[in-house]
Amino acid sequence: MACFLVPAAEAVITSVVAKAVKSKEKEEIINISLPDGSIEEVAKTPFSKKLGWLNKLLWGGSALLAFEHVWHGEVVPFFPFLTAVKDGETTEMLAEMSSAGVIMAVLVTVVWVGMLVVSSAVEKRALRSSEFTKEGVQT
Amino acid sequence: MTLLTTVFAAVICTVIWYRSAPQSDMKVGALCWMYWGASIMWLVDAIFEYAELGAEYFSPSPVDMLNDFFLGLSVVAFGMIIWLIILLAKDPKGVVKAILLKKSAKREVQP
Repeated sequence: MACFLVPAAEAVITSVVAKAVKSKEKEEIINISLPDGSIEEVAKTPFSKKLGWLNKLLWGGSALLAFEHVWHGEVVPFFPFLTAVKDGETTEMLAEMSSAGVIMAVLVTVVWVGMLVVSSAVEKRALRSSEFTKEGVQT
Repeated sequence: MTLLTTVFAAVICTVIWYRSAPQSDMKVGALCWMYWGASIMWLVDAIFEYAELGAEYFSPSPVDMLNDFFLGLSVVAFGMIIWLIILLAKDPKGVVKAILLKKSAKREVQP
């Protein structure tokens, strides 16, 4: 009916948060020693960029789901835009939004949190291996 | 079928993105995010439908399958149109910019 509106609403919030975070964020640069003795500057992925992943998942998914709703005639290009509201099925629509819509938004966020965990582990592992290299060069 | 079509599109786009990573000249990443986002959301839809229909969910009628596949292909096409707009707007290779600047440079030379 209109379940895509919940992830779309989350996308609006996360987009605003991402912009706010980006404006306050400073680039974190780490110097790592390479086996040949040279030092390379590496920038850690900022949180605003990681929040951007969530934005893209939410906006992209909502856009394609909105298309599906237009396809099924659940969203129309004239007021009130939602067929359920026009047909007096607002309560059912809200029930669907609070069940399927909320679970969609939660699942996308859970997947994103999983991505954060994996990316952080990859970053840590890369830094650890570079430290090992550093020690190797010194000894 | 819509979910399956989108998942296939997401997997193919991710493989294409990985082959050209870390360069993102074609902005394929945008397509990946879109298709994966939609796939996750349709997965929830599928779970709800499975909870309602049970095993019947896995044996749809051929007409329903065809309709859903048609919708899936349309969704993939719609995603590609959005991607194309993003690609031309961001113009990472500077092609659009080069064409526009060339024209304006020609205009400057003419008088």
